[in-house]
Amino acid sequence: MTIASPDIGAAPRTPNVRTLKLAEAFFVPVAALIVSALLFSLFLLVIGKSPIDFFSLVWVGGFGSSFSIQQSLQRSAPLILAALAFAIPARIGLTMIGAEGALVLGGFAAAAIAIPLVTGGAPVPLAWLLMAGAAMLTGGLWIGLAGWLRHYRGVNETISSLLLSYIAIAIMNFFVEGALRDPASANKPSTMPIGDAYRIGAIPGTSVHWGFAAGIVLAVLLYILMSRTTFGFAARMTGGNVRAAQAQGLPVGFLVVTCCIIAGACAGLAGFFEVAVIHGQANASLVAGYGFTGILIAFLARHNPLAIVPVAILFGAIAAAGGLIQRRMGMPDATVLVLQGIIFVVLLASDTLYGRLKFFQPPALGDRT
Amino acid sequence: MDNSLVIVLIAMLGGAIRVSTPFMFVALGECLTEKSGRINLGLEGNLVLGAMVAYAVSFHTGNPWFGVLAAGGSGIILGALHGYICKLPKVNDIAVGIAIMSFGTGLAFFFGKAYIQPSAPRLNSISLGDWTGHGPLAQALQVNPLFFVGIALAILMSWAFANTRWGLIVRMTGDSAASAKAMGVSVDLVRFLATAAGGFLAGIGGSFLSLYYPGSWNEGLSSGQGLMAVALVIFARWDPIRCIWAALLFGAAGAIGPSLQSVGITQGYYFFNAAPYILTLFIMIASARSKGAAREAPGELSITK
Repeated sequence: MTIASPDIGAAPRTPNVRTLKLAEAFFVPVAALIVSALLFSLFLLVIGKSPIDFFSLVWVGGFGSSFSIQQSLQRSAPLILAALAFAIPARIGLTMIGAEGALVLGGFAAAAIAIPLVTGGAPVPLAWLLMAGAAMLTGGLWIGLAGWLRHYRGVNETISSLLLSYIAIAIMNFFVEGALRDPASANKPSTMPIGDAYRIGAIPGTSVHWGFAAGIVLAVLLYILMSRTTFGFAARMTGGNVRAAQAQGLPVGFLVVTCCIIAGACAGLAGFFEVAVIHGQANASLVAGYGFTGILIAFLARHNPLAIVPVAILFGAIAAAGGLIQRRMGMPDATVLVLQGIIFVVLLASDTLYGRLKFFQPPALGDRT
Repeated sequence: MDNSLVIVLIAMLGGAIRVSTPFMFVALGECLTEKSGRINLGLEGNLVLGAMVAYAVSFHTGNPWFGVLAAGGSGIILGALHGYICKLPKVNDIAVGIAIMSFGTGLAFFFGKAYIQPSAPRLNSISLGDWTGHGPLAQALQVNPLFFVGIALAILMSWAFANTRWGLIVRMTGDSAASAKAMGVSVDLVRFLATAAGGFLAGIGGSFLSLYYPGSWNEGLSSGQGLMAVALVIFARWDPIRCIWAALLFGAAGAIGPSLQSVGITQGYYFFNAAPYILTLFIMIASARSKGAAREAPGELSITK
C-alpha cells in the first residue's frame, strides 16, 4: 500500500532570505525618495512653482548633456568622501557629524604645507603627496579625537564632533586671516595660492578632476575593508552591540579610534582636493556644507560604501543643476536645502518600515503555500 | 589699563545677560524633553526657523510679541514632527534630530531670503541701570523682558517637576517607561507633548536672536547654539535652575570676543569667538565622567546609556 507522501524533496519556491533583505534594503530608501519627491512637489505647488519644471531642470542640469554629466561627477567627488566620513563611524555605531570641520582643517593643512613646498619649487608629485598626507592626517586626528573622547571619556560624539567642527573652522579662519594670510588677497582672506603648476588636473579625456577617481577608489577599498576583512567584521560587530564585542575580547577602543581616523582622513582628503583643484588656496569657501549633505547620502546608501557612489552622483547632479534652477525658476539656493531636509526626514521615518512590510518577510517555517 | 579691565568685565556682564537668553530658552525646552526621556538634537533648526518666523511676523504685523508667539508656534510644529517620527519603532532619534535641524534650517533660509534687508520692529529693552549714571554699566544693564520670562519659567519648571502631578508624570516617563505604563500613562503621548513644548521654548529662544540681539535676520544668525544647549542641559544635570546658571556662563563665554573688541583688542578674534565651543567641549568631558550626572540622568535617556 503506498501512502501518498508530500513532495518533501523539492526545494521551496520562495526567494531566499538574503535576496529578500537585499530587496528590502533597496526598496525602502527608493520609496522614501519617491515620497520625498512627492512632498517636495507639494511644497513647490504651495509656493506657486511647477514640480515638473523643477525635476526636468534637475534632469537636464544633472544628466542632460555630456557637460552636465561631468559637472555632476565633479560635484559628487567631495560628497563621496564626506559620506564615507559619516558612514564608516556609523558602521561601528557612532554618529559623527564633524566631517565639515575635518574637511576644512584638512584643506587648510594642505594649503599651509604647500607654502614652503611651492616657494621651494618642490617636484609636483611630491608636493601633492605631502599635501594629501597632511590633509588626511589632520582630518583623521580631528575625528579620531572625537572618537577617542567617546570611547575613553564617554563624551557624546555627535555633539563633540560638531563642536570640534566649529572649532576647526575658527582655527582655519584665525590662520587664514592672520599668520598665513596672503597679502595679495585683500577682499577675501586666503592663504598663498599654490599656483597653476601645482593644481591637480582632470582625468584625461574628461573634465572631471582626479578627486572623483580618488573617491571611487576609497569607496571600493573601504567596502572591502568593512565587508571582507576581520577588522571590518569586528567593527560591525562592535556597532551592533558594544558589550558583546567587549565580552568577546575585541579591542573596541582601537576599532573605534581607527574607524574615526579613517573617516577623518576621507574628509581631510576631500578638503585637499577642494584646495588643490577648485580653489587653489584655503579660505572661507572651504565651508560649503558638504559635511551635512554627506550625512544624508550615507543614510540613503545605508552606510554601504559602494552604494554611496551612485547616491553621491545623484546629489552631485542636484547640485550641478542648482544654478540652472535658480536662474530659470527664480528660486533661492536654499531650495536644495529644503529638498534635502525633506528627504532626510522622510528617509529616517521610513526606517520604521524595515521588518514590517509583509512582502519582504521570509515565509514562516512550515508554510509551503 | 585698569579702566579697560573694568569696561571688559562690565561688557561681559551685559553680554552674559544678552547672549544667555536664547541658550536659556533652548536649554529649558531641551530639559523638559529630556526629563521625559527623549533627546532632541534638532533644536538648532527650531532656533533658526523661530528666528526667521519671528522676524517675518513682526515685520508684517508690526508687533514683535506676535513674532515671539509665532516663533513658538513654528517651534511646536518642528517639535511635534520630531516627536511623531521618534515614536515610530526602530527610528534613530539622534539622526532624526540632525534631519530636523537640516530641514528647519533649510526652510528658514528659503523663506527668509525676503527678510534679510527689511527692518522689523524689535523687542524693547528694560533699562535697569540708569540709576548708576555710569555709561557702560547702564548699557550693560539694558535687559530684555525675555530674560525675566526665562528665569520665571525656570523657577516654575523646577517647582512643577517637584510638586505637581504633571511634573511627576514627565519624570516618571523619563526615568522608567515601564513604571509609567504600569501607572496607565501613555509614554508616547507624554514624550510627544514634552518634545512639542520643548520645541515651543526653543522657537521663542530663536525669536530673541532676530528680535533683540543681534536683532536682524540673516543666514549666519545661529551657529550651533541649539546643540550647545543640549550639552548645557547635561552639564546642568537636568535641573532648570542650574540651566539658568549654565546659560549665564555660556553667555559670558560668548561675550568675551565682542567685549575685548570694544576695548580695541582684535587679535585672536576667532579664538575668542570659539570660546563657547571650547568651553562646551571641556564641560562635556568633565560631566561625562561625573558620578553626579550619571545619578541624576533620566533613566530612559539614550545618550547616557
